[in-house]
Amino acid sequence: MSAFEPVLTRIVGIENSHTLSVYEGQGGYQALRRGFQLDPDTVIEHVKNSNLRGRGGAGFPTGVKWGFLPSQEQSPGPRYLVCNADESEPGTFKDRVILRHNPHLLIEGCLLSCWALRANHCFIFIRGEYASEAKIVERAIAEAREAGYLGRNVLGSGFDIEVTVHRSGGAYICGEETALLECLEGKRGYPRIRPPFPAVVGLYGRPTVINNVETLACVPSIIERGGEWFTSLGPENNTGPKLYAVSGHVERPGTYELPMGIPLAELIEEHCGGIWRGRKLKAVMPGGSSTPVLTAEEALAVNMDYDSLAKAGSMFGSAAVIVMDETVDMVQVAFNLIRFYHHESCGQCTPCREGCGWLEKIMKRYTEGRGSAGDAALVLDICDNIAFKTICPLGDAARMPLEALITKYRAEFDARIAPSTFAGGGGGR
Amino acid sequence: MFSDEIIREIDDIIARYPVPRSGLIPFLHVIQREQGWISPEAQTWAAERVGISPAEVAGVVTFYTMFNTRPVGRYLLQLCRTISCKLRGSREIRNHLEQALSIKPGETSADGLFTMMEVECLGACGTAPAMMINEDYHENLTTERVDEILAACRRDAGTEVER
Repeated sequence: MSAFEPVLTRIVGIENSHTLSVYEGQGGYQALRRGFQLDPDTVIEHVKNSNLRGRGGAGFPTGVKWGFLPSQEQSPGPRYLVCNADESEPGTFKDRVILRHNPHLLIEGCLLSCWALRANHCFIFIRGEYASEAKIVERAIAEAREAGYLGRNVLGSGFDIEVTVHRSGGAYICGEETALLECLEGKRGYPRIRPPFPAVVGLYGRPTVINNVETLACVPSIIERGGEWFTSLGPENNTGPKLYAVSGHVERPGTYELPMGIPLAELIEEHCGGIWRGRKLKAVMPGGSSTPVLTAEEALAVNMDYDSLAKAGSMFGSAAVIVMDETVDMVQVAFNLIRFYHHESCGQCTPCREGCGWLEKIMKRYTEGRGSAGDAALVLDICDNIAFKTICPLGDAARMPLEALITKYRAEFDARIAPSTFAGGGGGR
Repeated sequence: MFSDEIIREIDDIIARYPVPRSGLIPFLHVIQREQGWISPEAQTWAAERVGISPAEVAGVVTFYTMFNTRPVGRYLLQLCRTISCKLRGSREIRNHLEQALSIKPGETSADGLFTMMEVECLGACGTAPAMMINEDYHENLTTERVDEILAACRRDAGTEVER
């Protein structure tokens, strides 16, 4: 593979990279001009040809998602594009780099996508805590409006586009796209039952496409350089530039833009400076806190893309790599994660609401050395009763990492069983 | 309840949406910025502004963790406790804050300046440990850095009182 040049973060590091003048000076908004000379369906074709897979976590092909939107003849009236900037999956902070340092790239991607989808209104849904990022994006929108890139009659096309920043109120669940729509409608973030899917019945009951920040930020380069260029970066079906957010026990945590499919070992050792304090690697959660943990051995053998990680029994997710060194207590990790999911469960579905609470109690017991001999089996049973039995994937996001932790590091859990209930000992039965 | 300027700001937010209620969560941030929390009176006011019942607003306010349902100190410290921050020492930062302010999570310091809370992932995992003070992020925290930040808060509060 020839030397990779960053696409999404190319201008990051240049002073005032968030301003229109710097962005335009670096060739910004040329893709928009080109896109508006193309028929909207041709723009969609380019995105389909690129095989771009959604960067929010699920990896669903963006062009296919766009294709679910009914035609204007089938569904006349407003339709919406929503950019999901509710970056809340623990370990994930990649979109923040684009929001802070390259907001015009995101806006250009939103505008091109609005043109392709014939949507006149785009909402950028930002997690409430990212207050300063919301301000940066709002300023960038104002600059773009001033320059005629959005508002009425964009670039003389006769097509109007409004872009609105929506600041949420702090709820992990709103990263789930139907909960996000509820929040956007001013309600509690309760996920909706699907079908109908948002492409047909979305925001205000209208056809709606929801894409992640990084996904939309890929669109300008696809329009500029073509879908084939995009498919040349990385292994088949897993291509394009990718932001990797690495946190935890590495020397240099941070966001790194690299091609899809690089070895996880290379990411940790070459780009992030290896494990901190000269320690050894113990485990990695490769795609955010919802993805099953990999042991050091598994982690050092895997490549970072959707298919490779699925084959390794985990998930690429949001490419949020959480690295743990040899000193980490996996029982504490399990407790920390399930406490998060219990806190963030919206409460609609009993298996998730109650199950996460029970699991938190059991994990708390373990951390205090008060585990029972039957707890591991009980944990797996509760997980099984959550699996695929809820409206949205939060319940699965909660139980998947727990199942992996207690299965792969069982000895650490068993070591926290209170002596009186230890069935394998002398006085147990 | 609010100045004309704030009402204009709120109405501008509502006007961005095809449906007024959509502006609710964004403008609750404005109310909280002005008053520090979302009082029952403010909830009733907000409900009237977008044409829904106060109960529906209460449902929203209590669902989203950022909205305070009781008054907090001038500086609301929200320390992240989730996995990446935990791995990089958030517990040590919490212990330090508890000692420096003589409060536990959820409590307000005797001088009314600081309220400390532990929160879930702030999305600043690469610069952990992290906390928010009001709407600002503070990252790569160390106990020394925390001392500087608290001193700066006290200085700012002091100058405002003298003014």
